[in-house]
Amino acid sequence: MTGPTTGTFTPMPGAAPLPRMVLAQAGMEARLMLRNGEQLLLAVVIPAIVLVGGVQGADRIGLDFSRPAVDVLTPGVLALAIMSTAFTSLAIATGFERRYGVIKRLGTSPLSRTGLLAGKVGALLLVEVLQVAVISGVGLAMGWSPRVDVVAVLLSLVLGTAAFAGLGLALAGSLRAEATLAAANLVYLLLLAGGAVVLPTSAYGDFGEVVRWLPSGALGNAMRDALLDSAVAWRELAVLVGWAVGGAVLTARTFTWE
Amino acid sequence: MVPAIPAVSVDGLVMRYGDKLAVDGLSLTVEQQTITAVLGPNGAGKTTTLETCEGYRTPQQGSVRVLGLDPVRQRTELHPRIGVMLQGGGAWSGVRAMEMLRHMAKLHAHPLDVDVLAERIGLGDCGRTPYRRLSGGQQQRLALALALVGRPEVVFVDEPTAGMDPAVRRTTWELLEELRSDGVTVVLTTHYMDEAEHLADMIHIIDRGRLVASGTPLELTRGGTVTTIRLVVTQPFPAGAPDSLREALGPETVVAQLDAVSLLVTGPADASTLAKVSRWCDEQGVLPESLTLGQRNLEDVFLDLTGGELTP
Repeated sequence: MTGPTTGTFTPMPGAAPLPRMVLAQAGMEARLMLRNGEQLLLAVVIPAIVLVGGVQGADRIGLDFSRPAVDVLTPGVLALAIMSTAFTSLAIATGFERRYGVIKRLGTSPLSRTGLLAGKVGALLLVEVLQVAVISGVGLAMGWSPRVDVVAVLLSLVLGTAAFAGLGLALAGSLRAEATLAAANLVYLLLLAGGAVVLPTSAYGDFGEVVRWLPSGALGNAMRDALLDSAVAWRELAVLVGWAVGGAVLTARTFTWE
Repeated sequence: MVPAIPAVSVDGLVMRYGDKLAVDGLSLTVEQQTITAVLGPNGAGKTTTLETCEGYRTPQQGSVRVLGLDPVRQRTELHPRIGVMLQGGGAWSGVRAMEMLRHMAKLHAHPLDVDVLAERIGLGDCGRTPYRRLSGGQQQRLALALALVGRPEVVFVDEPTAGMDPAVRRTTWELLEELRSDGVTVVLTTHYMDEAEHLADMIHIIDRGRLVASGTPLELTRGGTVTTIRLVVTQPFPAGAPDSLREALGPETVVAQLDAVSLLVTGPADASTLAKVSRWCDEQGVLPESLTLGQRNLEDVFLDLTGGELTP
C-alpha cells in the first residue's frame, strides 16, 4: 500500500437530501425530453397544429359546436398534450432507459426507486407546464375565452397524468424498447382519432357513451367541463382514478427495471 | 490499523439461473482499503457475485455483506457508501458526458469537484459530447467517474480497462492505486492476469462459481514457476488419481498422495493450473474441500518425505 496520499478521493459518502435528488432527476429528465426532437414534436408542435387546424377547419368540415370552436377545442388539445407527455413520451423514454441501463445505473445511486418515480412525475409536470403555457397562448391568440375552475383543471391534469403515466410505465416495463416506441405511438394516434380527447364525446354519437370511459375521453371531458363551464366533472375524475389504480397495479406486477 | 468490518464478505453464496449454477457455494472476504481482484474465466460467476454485492440480486443461498450491511435490505444505507462501475451503458443516449457526471454528483451530499475529476479521468475534451457519440474508451472513463464522484468507501469496478488503449490503461491503474492510498476499497473483476498482478493486494480466483485459490500476487505466482497446490477433497480419491491428475497437468508436474483425501501438486503453476485441477475434480466426481497454493516450503518437503508417495 504505497503511493502518494493526495486526499482527493478520501471517502466522504452521503446521499443528498431527497428533495434535491428528486428535483435533480426531474430537471434532468425534463431537459432530455425537450432536447429530443421527436418528443418536442409530440409535446408541443402536434397539439398546436391540431388546435390551429381544428379551429380553422371546424366550419369547413361541418363540426357544429354550440360554442365557439376555439373554446371547445383548446381544453381538448390540452388533454391531448397531457396524454402525449404522460403516456407516449414517458413510455418511450422509460423503455430506452431500461435498454441503455440507465435505470440499472441509478439503481446503485442514492436515489431510491420511489425517488426515481417522483423525479419522473416531476419531469412530466415540468413539461406539462410548458405545454399548457404554449397551447393556452395559441388558444388565446385565436380568441379563446375560458371560464376557468382552477381546482378542476389541476385535478384533471394531475389525475390524467397519473392515469396515463401508470399505463405508460406498464407498457414500457413489459415490452422491448422498440416495441414500446411503436405501441406508444400507435395508441396515441388511435386515441387522438377515436378517443374523444380533442373532440367532445357528443361528437361520436352513440359511440361516445363507450369512449367516455377511456382515459382519453375522461380527461378530455374533464378538461372541457373545467374550462368551458367552470365545473368539476366528478364522474370523469373517478374514471381517471380508476385507470390510475389499474395502471399502477399493472406496473407493479409487470415492471422489471432492466 | 486494520478496520474491523470487512469491506465485503461473501459466505456460501449460491446463485442459479434456471438449472445453470452460476455461483456454487462461494465464500470470500475483502479487507478494507485494499485493491482486491476477482479473477476468473468468462462465465466463472464474477459479475453475478459483484451484482449480488451491489444489491442487484438477492442471494438464493448464503449471505453477502458489504461494510457489514445487507445490500438488498439495507440498500438505502449502503448505496451512498459504494460506487459502481458498470461494464457498459448506464447513461441516456442524448446526455452529455459532463451533464451526466454533474447529475450523479447532485445525488450525493459531498461530491468531488466534477471538473477536477473530469480532468483527472481524461474527460476534458469530450465533456459536451452526447453519450452515444463517445468512444468505447470514453464511455469507460465516464463510467469510472460516475462510480467515484460520490466519494464512496468501496468501489466495484467490473472489467475497468476492457477496451482501453495501453496508455489510458496505465493512467487508470494509477488512479485506482491513488484511491487505495486515500482509503478507498477497490473491488475489481478482470480477466487480465497482468492487471490483477500489478494492482491487487489480494486475488481471489473463481472458476465455475467456486473459489479455487486466494492469495497475494506473489503467493499465487511465486516467481512464476514452481509452487505447490494442496488439494483436499470430501471423499477418498478413486484409484489412480495421482497419475490421472498428472496427465491432466502435464509432465513437469509431480503429484504426491498425502492421504486418502489429499494430494500435493508440485510444479509450474498459474491460474490455468488451478482451473485444470478444479476441472479434473469434476471429471473424477470428487468435490474439493480446499485448494491452497503455497510456496514449496520446509513443511511441504517434510510431508512429501513422510506422508506421501511421489508419482513418479
